[in-house]
Amino acid sequence: MTPTVFSPTGIRFENIDKRYGGLYALRRVSLEISAGECVVFAGRNGSGKTTLLRIAARLVRPSSGSVSFLNGGEKRGAMPPAGFVAHATMVYDELTAEENLLLFARLQGIAEPAARIEALLREVGLLERRGSLVRTFSRGMRQRVAIARALLNEPAVVLLDEPTTGLDPQGASWFAETLRHLRDSGRTILMSLHGESEVSTLATRAIQLDAGAVVADTRAGANFRSVLAFANA
Amino acid sequence: MALFSNTAVLLGKELRTEFRSRELLTTTVVFILTIVVLFSFTFDPSVSESRRFGPGLLWLAFLFAASLMLQPCFLREQNNDTLSALRLSVNDPFAIFLAKLAANTLFLLFTQVLLLPAFSVLYNVPVLAAFPQLVLVMFMGSLGLSVTGTALSAISAQARMRELLLPLLLLPLLTPVLIASTEATAALLVPNPALRWDWLGFLLAFDVVFLTALWLFGEYLLEE
Repeated sequence: MTPTVFSPTGIRFENIDKRYGGLYALRRVSLEISAGECVVFAGRNGSGKTTLLRIAARLVRPSSGSVSFLNGGEKRGAMPPAGFVAHATMVYDELTAEENLLLFARLQGIAEPAARIEALLREVGLLERRGSLVRTFSRGMRQRVAIARALLNEPAVVLLDEPTTGLDPQGASWFAETLRHLRDSGRTILMSLHGESEVSTLATRAIQLDAGAVVADTRAGANFRSVLAFANA
Repeated sequence: MALFSNTAVLLGKELRTEFRSRELLTTTVVFILTIVVLFSFTFDPSVSESRRFGPGLLWLAFLFAASLMLQPCFLREQNNDTLSALRLSVNDPFAIFLAKLAANTLFLLFTQVLLLPAFSVLYNVPVLAAFPQLVLVMFMGSLGLSVTGTALSAISAQARMRELLLPLLLLPLLTPVLIASTEATAALLVPNPALRWDWLGFLLAFDVVFLTALWLFGEYLLEE
């Protein structure tokens, strides 16, 4: 990935509750993620991983509690732009790869969008297909467009919700390599995964969620692998 | 300024995706032509009856067409969760509404202008004498349909039974627009056409009230 300029940013979740009617999706979640950490959330379906990531992205409002972003350990009021990749591609099938990226670049007010888009398309290996409609792409290619979209504004925080869904082994390896570059560039990465994979080995911290609550929080070493393997249990 | 530049970018996207897929315009034009032809065959109206009932039938047809056209407005954003990508990208979510509102108004107006010649022939009502005034009334009416419809489309897209919910909410709420537009149109189809500023003022007030409500509460409508 291209060397980038961004301010290292951490995230603090304070007593987050999220209720849908009478059902708790998250219950009293408090976490502090330091700048530059690569955190994987593990847990069964419905454990609250996606909700937590969507709250971090400010797409979902918590029922109670707060999310704040930390710069140099200090709380910051303004939210830094976060890159978000979900299972859905979040791009338009009726637009080309280039048109999709240009649309989001213009909305985000990115300076010199054409050069940035060309660099990103080259990095995700889609430069030659820049003019093709996304609906003609394979699942893996769509996910590459999604990743390029998430990285348009050179985010300090990257949120990945099961980003390897639908990727073949080759695509997953490419994604792991991309993630390694992002982690090594100092970005804060939060991702949800199902079980162990090439991608999960890049994590520096694993947090296990069950029924919306944090039940384990380990750093590399100790019980790390058992937490990652939890979702396979 | 970011609001208007984001709106312009999003409007460009709406127009490009629609003219590439032609999903909404094609189905709406065919649907609205079918309704107008069916009304004509069912009632077989004379010239005086056409002048009396034609504007009401015309606006009822527009109303049904609008409920059909507005349904996918936000549903289409759910297929790939593109609405989330838009929310993450714009500073002011009102830009998303403004772009959809502008696109829906343009699509409706385009459909109406296409329909007018067919209406004129089938109902034997001359429309050329007051054509610019008719376009103004149609613009104001379309704006009213679009403002309300776009807001309700955002609400219904996240609900179960969404296909039924939008017309159920939309049709009663749009009754004032229907009445005002019908009256303003009727005054333009008589032998001595006149622009009814009272009804146009009513439409303007309706549009301003709903647009302000959308500006104030639109962000909450987009939340999950």
